[in-house]
Amino acid sequence: MSAPSIEVRGLAFAYPDGRQALYGVDLHIHRGERVALLGPNGAGKTTLVLHLNGILGTVAGGAGTGSVAVGGLALTAENLVEVRRRVGLVFQDPDDQLFMPTVADDVAFGPSNLGVSGADLDRRVHAALSAVGMVDAADRPPHHLSFGQRRRVAVATVLVMEPEILVLDEPSSNLDPASRRELADILTGLDTTLMMVTHDLPYALQLCPRAVLLDEGRVVADGATRDLLADADLMAAHRLELPYGFDPMSVPGAR
Amino acid sequence: MGGAHGDGLLVAADSPVHSLPAQCKVVALLVGVAGVVATPPRQWWAFVVYAVLVGAVVAVARVPVPTVVRRSVVEAPFVVFALLLPFIATGPRTEVLGLSLSESGLLGAWNLLAKATLGVVAAIVLAATTTPRDLLGGLDRLRMPRLLVAILGFMIRYAGVVAGDLQRMRVARESRAFRGGHLRHLRVEAAGVGSLFVRSYERGERVHQAMVARGFTGRMPALATAGASGRQWLVAGALPAVAVAVALSAWVVA
Amino acid sequence: MHVPDGFLDLPTSIATGAVAAGAVGMALQRAEREVKEAGAPLAGLTAAFVFAVQMVNFPVGPGTSGHLMGGALAAVLVGPWTAVLCLTVVLVVQGLLFADGGLTALGTNVTLIGVVTVVVGYLVAKALLGVLPRRSGSVVPAAVVGAFVSVPAAAAVFVGLYLVGGSVDIPVGSLAAAMLGWHSLIGIGEAVITGAVVGAVVATRPDLVYVARHLRPDLVLTGPDGETSVVRPDALRVERTTSRPLAVGLAVSLMVAGAVSLFASADPDGLEFVGERLGFGASAADSAVAGSPLADYGVVFVDNPLLSGALAGVAGVLVTVALGFVLTRLARGRDEPADATRV
Repeated sequence: MSAPSIEVRGLAFAYPDGRQALYGVDLHIHRGERVALLGPNGAGKTTLVLHLNGILGTVAGGAGTGSVAVGGLALTAENLVEVRRRVGLVFQDPDDQLFMPTVADDVAFGPSNLGVSGADLDRRVHAALSAVGMVDAADRPPHHLSFGQRRRVAVATVLVMEPEILVLDEPSSNLDPASRRELADILTGLDTTLMMVTHDLPYALQLCPRAVLLDEGRVVADGATRDLLADADLMAAHRLELPYGFDPMSVPGAR
Repeated sequence: MGGAHGDGLLVAADSPVHSLPAQCKVVALLVGVAGVVATPPRQWWAFVVYAVLVGAVVAVARVPVPTVVRRSVVEAPFVVFALLLPFIATGPRTEVLGLSLSESGLLGAWNLLAKATLGVVAAIVLAATTTPRDLLGGLDRLRMPRLLVAILGFMIRYAGVVAGDLQRMRVARESRAFRGGHLRHLRVEAAGVGSLFVRSYERGERVHQAMVARGFTGRMPALATAGASGRQWLVAGALPAVAVAVALSAWVVA
Repeated sequence: MHVPDGFLDLPTSIATGAVAAGAVGMALQRAEREVKEAGAPLAGLTAAFVFAVQMVNFPVGPGTSGHLMGGALAAVLVGPWTAVLCLTVVLVVQGLLFADGGLTALGTNVTLIGVVTVVVGYLVAKALLGVLPRRSGSVVPAAVVGAFVSVPAAAAVFVGLYLVGGSVDIPVGSLAAAMLGWHSLIGIGEAVITGAVVGAVVATRPDLVYVARHLRPDLVLTGPDGETSVVRPDALRVERTTSRPLAVGLAVSLMVAGAVSLFASADPDGLEFVGERLGFGASAADSAVAGSPLADYGVVFVDNPLLSGALAGVAGVLVTVALGFVLTRLARGRDEPADATRV
């Protein structure tokens, strides 16, 4: 089996106000896998995700235990910049992620921080924008783009750093059906390891063969997405519901 | 209003002024207006020259005159103040149209109106011919502290987002057919503004997280901006040079 | 609202530009301490917030509405250094993009609105917090008074600048009285709005308010029988009894309330400078000075408008402190139990 892209062991964490969000999470994701992170609101999904690149956790001065390793590299204060390069985190609100005056500036931000410049930088920016189909928007300010376009550019800002794993927080939320499909096409076309936090169960089934179910800070299920979604008791126990008319068993063959 | 982002201020056209780098325009503007401000008001001929120069820039930049006039409305409070000066200033007085007005007040009113208007029109031309992004790049080139340029950039980027939040809050409130005395209005308005602050603050934290997630270690990268060639500086400097020459002659003559 | 080109002469404008640049430079170095890591985006978002809020029309009194300048508000919410940067950035955008405020007057506008209102508002609020009970409910009256004082303070500095570099001779006494009087009124509006907004933030997220960071909120405890009571943090247990904040605050308030008389005494500098130019026969009379009836200035300083201006300022401070306490009561709402009882 290929090396683990993400290896989380015994991760526990409490927020400064005393609220404990994670109670010992173990997670292994291997290279090339596509994993959906499911769970009800407040389960700790976003908290877990923010641990992967050291925004939360002991390395950020928070209160918790456990370890995180990305591509074999342990997450420590010394390795922080490199780990952040390896974990490409796409936030839920693209406006939080597109903070530079133009699209090209935003995509160039990450590699600039890593010391890339000049023609090399331009080439990588162009490649990342092509991958998401937004080359024409390079010189436009982010607020000129539609929400779906901003989502795609946000993905590009992270792809350009050539990450080990792409982590997306609610990628399909607020997207109209066409944009949703466009994004799915883009994600399918990438060959990076993928982790997706989502409430959109059909999307999870479409894009991720494996799903991890998190509830109240603990992993309660980890397996093939189709099996999880077809387990009615499991779903009901953790406040997950299938959309109206959606039958996971009817979706053509698991990937 | 053209949006707080300022890009609504851009008058899209293809003119020599548009294509000048922002750093040249900003410096030219400052030098030119400084010359105007330094000119003694009695040398009215100098101001005629300035008006011609500014008019020429407006024409070359292809900014429609109605646009200039419309955006000059920001000057209105000082026009009022300037018009009051002849009445409230002291010193020898003269008769104008049956009114006893202060001489120095009249001079002061003229001084204020002329200089302020010239400054306003020049600034309008700058905003109409420069994208905010180019302006930021230009300021960066002019060695404005990188942190300040960054804050400026974030402000421009998110002014529209925050204003949008405020607008949505207002719409939601109006939709609930809000009514009440002025104190209740104040509390509700203030509550809205208070929650706007909290939201803006939290967004600021999230933006910081996004920056950090992309490897930010404290040093903002420079905005890729083209430097200005010597020729471009010469072109930009032509009119301010004339203005300074006029200002100096006005001093000498006075 | 902002000073345009031509209001002050070029040398004064350049001087204020230098002052502004110095203040901003200092702020750039020290702002980090206030917002820690999340510096630039937080300051930028706060600047965007100030920019948006300056356009809100607040109902300030029966039939009157007003706009917020925001210097004291920003200082109380994010700390003085960050507030200086926020206001500066707002002024730069307004001047460069919206032609609101002269380009040569940018230094003046930054000094007045970005520095004086922020610093005065902050110092006064901090001084008050030093003497008020140490809980987050004290932030509102402190912010109210800080905001009130900040506006006429900026007006006083403006009059001082005008004295040095103004282009028209308006009798300084009446200019000062008019400016201070008018801006004391505006200060009331600023105080009311600032108090209301700060109160709203303290009610939901006191941890985000810079000046309230070390203050503890009132605890609302629910007893076993469902009765709630409010426990106020011990007002008597003041960690450090320094008189310094109080002294600073007093000095600042005195300065503002008596501002007019203060530059009656500071004025000899300005007069001396000008008097040298004229009285000792400088060869080329300065155009900006030519025609100014300076003789008037000397007479004016014994005039009554000064005294009334100073008195108005002091009275205004007292009225606003009273107003502040009234506002605090209102902010607490009528349904909270009035007295603290231990559970």
